Amino acid sequence: MSVLTFTERGIFCPVGNFFIDPWAPVDRALITHGHSDHARPGHRRYLATAPAAPVIRHRLGGIALDTIAYGERRRIGDALVSFHPAGHVPGSAQIRIEVAGEVWVVSGDYKTEADGLSEPFEPVRAHAFVSECTFGLPVFNWAPQAQVLAGIDDWWAANAAEGRFSLLGAYALGKAQRLLAGVDAGIGPILTHGAIEATCAVMRAQGIALPPTVPVTPETDLKAHAGALVLAPPSALGGPWARRFGAAATGFASGWMALRGVRRRRGADRGFVLSDHADWSGLNTAIRETGAERVFVTHGYTSVFRRWLADQGYDAEIVRTAYEGETLDSAEDAP
Amino acid sequence: MKRFAALFTALDRTTRTNAKIEALAAYFTDAPQTDRLWTVALLSGRRPRRAVTTTRLREWAAERAGLPLWLFEECYPVVGDLAETIALVLPQAGGTSTASLSDHMAEIAALAQMDEPARKAHILTVWDRLDGTERLLFNKLITGGFRVGVSQTLMTRALARATGIAEADLSHRLMGDWTPATTTWAALIETPDPTAALSRPYPFYLAYQIEGDPQALGDPADWCAEYKWDGIRGQLIVRGGTHFLWSRGEELMTDRFPELAQARDFLPQGTVIDGEILGWADGRPLPFAALQKRITRKSLSKRLLAETPVVLKAYDLLEENGTDLRPRPLAERRARLEALFACLPDRAPLRLSPLLPFVDWTALAETRAAARAAGAEGVMLKRAAAPYLAGRKKGDWWKWKLDPLTVDAVMIYAQAGHGRRATLYTDFTFAVWDGGDLVPFTKAYSGLTDAEFREITAWVRRNTLQRFGPVRQVKPEHVFEIAFEGIQRSPRHKSGIALRFPRMARWRRDKPPAEANTLDDLRALLASHG
Repeated sequence: MSVLTFTERGIFCPVGNFFIDPWAPVDRALITHGHSDHARPGHRRYLATAPAAPVIRHRLGGIALDTIAYGERRRIGDALVSFHPAGHVPGSAQIRIEVAGEVWVVSGDYKTEADGLSEPFEPVRAHAFVSECTFGLPVFNWAPQAQVLAGIDDWWAANAAEGRFSLLGAYALGKAQRLLAGVDAGIGPILTHGAIEATCAVMRAQGIALPPTVPVTPETDLKAHAGALVLAPPSALGGPWARRFGAAATGFASGWMALRGVRRRRGADRGFVLSDHADWSGLNTAIRETGAERVFVTHGYTSVFRRWLADQGYDAEIVRTAYEGETLDSAEDAP
Repeated sequence: MKRFAALFTALDRTTRTNAKIEALAAYFTDAPQTDRLWTVALLSGRRPRRAVTTTRLREWAAERAGLPLWLFEECYPVVGDLAETIALVLPQAGGTSTASLSDHMAEIAALAQMDEPARKAHILTVWDRLDGTERLLFNKLITGGFRVGVSQTLMTRALARATGIAEADLSHRLMGDWTPATTTWAALIETPDPTAALSRPYPFYLAYQIEGDPQALGDPADWCAEYKWDGIRGQLIVRGGTHFLWSRGEELMTDRFPELAQARDFLPQGTVIDGEILGWADGRPLPFAALQKRITRKSLSKRLLAETPVVLKAYDLLEENGTDLRPRPLAERRARLEALFACLPDRAPLRLSPLLPFVDWTALAETRAAARAAGAEGVMLKRAAAPYLAGRKKGDWWKWKLDPLTVDAVMIYAQAGHGRRATLYTDFTFAVWDGGDLVPFTKAYSGLTDAEFREITAWVRRNTLQRFGPVRQVKPEHVFEIAFEGIQRSPRHKSGIALRFPRMARWRRDKPPAEANTLDDLRALLASHG
């Protein structure tokens, strides 16, 4: 029997009778991380890493959530299960499943560069690797994080010198905190949209160090914070919420900003190429380092990436899932 | 090319017109003069001839990046720009370059004389010395597609700010057949031109589309009506023994329409006429598509000139005997125009745009309804007492266009857009029923909101039946109302029909595909409106 099968509800382990990141309600769900396309409501039991648990609880409410440490081995049915850092967001994991000596690894979402906040990605040896490929085209090559953050600092400092706010669009979970931890907080105050502040509060409570932020409310005295960096979900940037900041400079932090057309369409002044997903070389390196011969690609440029992997000698297949990866053009912005 | 790349980056990082003008003006002040001249040339559409085919560039880029060609080809539609795709897939540069924009342009010009291996070697060397924006710009220069969101008007404004020379003078200086090889910055930009005042046009007065019913305009006796022609708005100037023809975009079109040189023989010096350039044969306008060839073809062949002769349909007189008539009421200008035209021979390529008499608004509505039969796209209403204003102003001039024709059609193919629409499916092919088959008859790209494009993009990804390169065949599930301005027979199209200015008027979520229109419906429209 195959270690994992791909069903209409999600990725399933028959001998362990559990699902990984299922998109329809199941009895037992192993969750790679807290983004809403991976951690969904309605399952009877959940298992996630201890550092991922607070955000999942915050988002899904009173669920039956058990936690596991990175590297800890746990037997579920006839499967041996362990979670390993995926480097995507704090607490994110790849899930390793071993059945009768055969090892499969499900990547969830991952990036290979250490971001200074998330537990750094660890390659895990496997016979079969289930990988995302959100940015699985050779046009996506990320510059080192330090370089991108320096660009953001320069932009913020220049705007602050003109007395303008710097509105930066970033996902509420992961990207926003990565930016907080990485920018030079000495440049000025940092304001946050409510959705981002809520996630920051959860992470601070679990002991993750983030610089001080001021949540924006109708009562906030914006004049007192002139020149601040303002972090908000991408969807808030074009809307009424952003108007209170006047003639602010606007930017987005996303892997999609690598494409000039997308950058121009979003209508922001600046696009900072910063992603929590692996770039082309990150994907290829990660897959190579698993030593896997079989690769299943789940979301992203699946058909192109599968063909590329097949060209490289892998036994590669596409798996249809409900995962979205990093989106800028879905009908709604992902949270 | 670092200074030029810095300019490009500054332009690319702002959506504010003023910031763009500032960046350009700074560049026109501090960049080397040869680079400034090249920048003016590029931003006014003067590009060197393409020295390398894009096929070779794709092959060389894929080879240099260590990628199979098919993978490169998959990337192109995602990025939506060939120059950018190449810049992104190439490995990081191993060296640096201090070559300026004009150095690069000289080298690109020299490529034409080289054999292919030498060309390839040169391009690979440059690729290995340029990174990021410089590499993107180099690729844009060799592929010839140089569009950076700066109009000629914007560039001219920046030039005016940098040099202190009036915009209208500059736009005249930039006209004509120059290239950076045939002139210098000093000769082109800084040397005063005594003929500038002769050619200077008046700003065009532009009309708004009327909202609702013309009843609100009051007494019909206060208004003049004429056809709204489907041509190119033009201002004809005869001064100092020569003539000029300006477009609404203040581009000089004199050379495009050599027929109008005859105006010098028929009109007195110091005459300026506002009108519409129309393809004209057998006493009626030719379809706009015919006129379009006169604008888009590089050279005007004798055959093209014979196939599509043009006239200027005159509707206003702005200057008479060197006197600016714009402050006078339309009724007076019109009377003077008619007097001027009364003595023109028939062979002159100048025609009066006739006034349409009407006793009340209902009568005018009937005239408007029959406008297509006259080869027009509606009627214009102008207040008889109004002066000739500048720019788009509400109140005295209104256009009252015919409602577009529409059909409900099924979307069958989708393709991602280019530029800012890259990664979004925005270019669709539509079909109508012919028995049980769907026959494609038009493409349309515009008319939906960004949110609708995002929604349809997500749907296309989930409902692709087959892929043909960048084109996806999708489930015939969505019906759109296609609006268009005209319909014509066309042997080049499978359906036998070509539409004028098709666009998506509405997403008909309420309509199942079975209720879309048929090829017979289109043929009926062709019979009644073609």
